Amino acid sequence: MTIAIHVKDLTRRFGELVAVDQISFDIEQGEIFGLLGPNGAGKTTTLSMLSTMLEPTSGTATVMGIDIAKDQDGVRKAIGIVFQDQSLDEELTAWENMDFHGRLYRIPKEIRLQRIDELLKLVELTDRRNDIVKTFSGGMRRRLEIARGLLHHPAVLFLDEPTLGLDPQTRNHLWQYIETLAREKNITIILTTHYMEEADRLCNRIAIIDHGKIIALDTPTRLKDSIGGDVVTIQSPDTARITTVLAAPWINRMETHDSEVILSLKNAEQHLSTIVTRLNEEKIPITSISVHKPTLEDVFLSFTGKTIREQDMSRRDSMRMHFRMMRH
Amino acid sequence: MDIVYTIWLRSMKRYVRSKSRIVGSIAMPLFLLVFLGFGLNSVVSTTSLGQQYVMFLVPGMVAMSVLFTSVFSGIQIIWDKQFGFLKETLIAPVSRLEIMFGQTVGGATTAVVQGIILMVLAVLLGLRINNPIGFFIALGFMVLVGISFTAFGIAIASRMEDMTGFQLIMNFVVFPLFGLSGALFPISSLPTWLEPITLLDPLTYGVEGIRYGLTGVSQINPLISAAVIAGFAVAMTGIGAYLFRKVSL
Repeated sequence: MTIAIHVKDLTRRFGELVAVDQISFDIEQGEIFGLLGPNGAGKTTTLSMLSTMLEPTSGTATVMGIDIAKDQDGVRKAIGIVFQDQSLDEELTAWENMDFHGRLYRIPKEIRLQRIDELLKLVELTDRRNDIVKTFSGGMRRRLEIARGLLHHPAVLFLDEPTLGLDPQTRNHLWQYIETLAREKNITIILTTHYMEEADRLCNRIAIIDHGKIIALDTPTRLKDSIGGDVVTIQSPDTARITTVLAAPWINRMETHDSEVILSLKNAEQHLSTIVTRLNEEKIPITSISVHKPTLEDVFLSFTGKTIREQDMSRRDSMRMHFRMMRH
Repeated sequence: MDIVYTIWLRSMKRYVRSKSRIVGSIAMPLFLLVFLGFGLNSVVSTTSLGQQYVMFLVPGMVAMSVLFTSVFSGIQIIWDKQFGFLKETLIAPVSRLEIMFGQTVGGATTAVVQGIILMVLAVLLGLRINNPIGFFIALGFMVLVGISFTAFGIAIASRMEDMTGFQLIMNFVVFPLFGLSGALFPISSLPTWLEPITLLDPLTYGVEGIRYGLTGVSQINPLISAAVIAGFAVAMTGIGAYLFRKVSL
């Protein structure tokens, strides 16, 4: 396998804030690689550096063997990008947006026209090709942007939060496109997301990123295995006593979180009655108890001590504080 | 060149589709021409002009439509920033200079077309261009004014984050430039202390040049006008290109 993207100690500071903190990873060709993390974790900053939009403070990276600091145009030719915010000209038609892109990347006319037809067909926009983009729905715009990002046949496709703000049905549809793309075009895809199920479904490997650092990097399956079995969540007003009462060798890990105790154990169904019996004996009230297979959410929680949503919230608060301070 | 053409092509497509903008930016100079021109025609002493006031006003109004359209076209980059489209252009493997030139040529073309539309309307109101060379001289000056002020708009837009400062620029930069240019009245009729300021206004030379082309009379030697406005166009393009290079996403 050849390496598509090589990142070594990549760092980006904005004044005092270290947005990306010495991250290193390799992405193999043909892989779908996910950067998973809450808002403000450094995903988009990483992507911006890899796509030469932002210069790193320190560290190095290559895309298809091309150094991002030394040959910006070389990198730009090798990559296609779908930005987090939409970047279409709404006054132009779908076809004209594609044509503009093709001309910017200096694709010869014949090839350009042929590829535009192919790609519009791939994203099922052929019959809307001559409509002004203003009339398009969010999902259609996203599909058009993906088609546009592929027009110059990039070796690597960057997708920054590709399904943000889309309804579940459209999201599902888009996932299918991305899977088809990776399979048929053998293209390397690096995507950022803060949707767990998106990362889980699409990615071959996932880097969980928080506070600018990669805290875990592996396949979704292995990440979930690291939890140590099924997850049992017990809600109770008396979490402190649960942890002492339930200490047993068949429980792999135990974490208290607000009014919940989260246990990881193998074959949870078999042990469930034991758990309930023990808690009843000690007269510990149980508000609810549930069992589920581990998800990336559990992985994130076990690595950071917070759910991704809580991280999102607290990050937003601290950002608001930050801006308030800057204003004063 | 192909990239400049690509960006120009986009400007043209957008221009042709924005019917309301075409009509909107013609309306103001046309109304001024009709109201001021015919309204003041008998009041303004024609001896100092050597012609009817309304005909004196035509070149000024042509310059006005070129000026406002071109500044507006340049400033449109802010919209591209806000709608995200600028990213698509800036991330492509092309130089900033090509993008900036494309924008400038596109904006200038739009502005000149607007100016020509006004000129045609002025012919309907009685403008007579005595020799065809005059028309091309006027056209040349319109192109230079268009380039200058599109580049000016791009320079401004490169430093602005959103449209909130737009009104400020219009009121405190563009409108004074227009007012001092001698578009509405002969420079010689201003108080003497104002005259040097008028001569510092680059648009004065544009207006005078267009006036020379359309009516055959001007208060400033057309060669001087051509030199000054051409120099200004080059300078503005340079400044615009420099500031646009520094735009970050």
